[in-house]
Amino acid sequence: MEYQLQFGELLPYVPQLAHGFWVTVWLTVVTTLAGCALGILGAAARSSRQAWLRRVSGAYVEVFRNTPFIVQLFFIFFGLPALGFKLSAVEAGLLALVVNLGAYSTEIIRAGIQATPTGQLEAARTLGLGKVQTFVRVVLPPALERIYPALSSQCIIVMLGSAVVSQISVEDLTFAANFIQSRNFRSFEVYLVTALMYLLLAIGMRQGFRLVGYYAFPKKRTR
Amino acid sequence: MASLTDWDILRNLLLAARWTIVLSLIAFAGGAVVGLLLTFMRMSRRTALIWFTRLYTELFQGTPLLMQLFLAFFGLSMLGIEVSAWTAAALALTLFSSAFLAEIWRGCIESIPRGQWEAGRCLGLGYFELMRHVILPQALRVAVPPTVGFSVQIVKGTALASIIGFVELTKAGTMLNNATFEPFKVFGLVALLYFLLCYPLSKASQNLEKKLHVTR
Repeated sequence: MEYQLQFGELLPYVPQLAHGFWVTVWLTVVTTLAGCALGILGAAARSSRQAWLRRVSGAYVEVFRNTPFIVQLFFIFFGLPALGFKLSAVEAGLLALVVNLGAYSTEIIRAGIQATPTGQLEAARTLGLGKVQTFVRVVLPPALERIYPALSSQCIIVMLGSAVVSQISVEDLTFAANFIQSRNFRSFEVYLVTALMYLLLAIGMRQGFRLVGYYAFPKKRTR
Repeated sequence: MASLTDWDILRNLLLAARWTIVLSLIAFAGGAVVGLLLTFMRMSRRTALIWFTRLYTELFQGTPLLMQLFLAFFGLSMLGIEVSAWTAAALALTLFSSAFLAEIWRGCIESIPRGQWEAGRCLGLGYFELMRHVILPQALRVAVPPTVGFSVQIVKGTALASIIGFVELTKAGTMLNNATFEPFKVFGLVALLYFLLCYPLSKASQNLEKKLHVTR
């Protein structure tokens, strides 16, 4: 039997796909911002002088980097309510995405912080800058510049991973694809189109990060 | 309904973890074979081959693994090829890991200084001799830590096979949760077992990196 690809079958479902695409986009934007912020805090904790802070943030990173995202998601969505924290699907999905990206970005940003030359720290101390001022004004900006490529590809990886939140009924792009597939049974067409939409999103994100990097780190332009 | 004791839960999870390990091994072995092929295609001088590998990497690194699994599972059966969850998961994970491994290994081979190639050629070595005796032994040392590190991603990737109905650790966790209504305990244990599988690999990767850096 010859199978005919019929993309026309998808036309009635364009609104669903558009809605799913939009949900995936805003989940990604919020996750990227919050996850990177969490990563900065985590990296600060990992390079702090307090041993317990280093240990707590180290454990956080190892636990989240060595378990699958879907298990983290299920643990948060099904497990936390059992302890009394009620979360909606979107809240649970967002929380899981943010802590997941937070763990990876902690490790990435820490690597950037570690590469700070000691002379800069001494110079900052000589100028009378406090700990927080030194971190925010001297250590962090060049550290972020150093690890910007790694951080942006991690954000894209987390965006692709966000497809899994459809499993707890967050109405993202994958959820839309599953819904359409269950209606018209055109699974190959639906998943092909959805995969291409993710690909476009990934390429768009890469260009977006390049643009942000161009304006945020003027020193790198000449290269 | 018979209630499950903690031991029952753990025992069933451990039994299911075997399939996580088997699937990871298959995906890693398959990914290594296809990935090696892609690496050599990428290193060749044929433009068509290079473009093919570029497109391949872009497709598999730019789309969610979940989509690749769905396409392999639902898509292929629509095209008239009957696939089980087993085959679909093994196929999708193999292709997924081959794209990443090829990219890692290409980087390793390219990290070998050009002088090494030129020196080898001056000594009259052919392409395969040059690869076998000069480039690969050096590239292999660089390649080991990131390859071990990527195996963690493969183990975690197998968790998605649960969505298309392959009964491995995560799927067993979902089923046990449905039977016991103790999500905190069940998914906590599932996470713990994944951690026990992945953490040693992560640590090994870090240690190898340190070790190989020192001697270089």
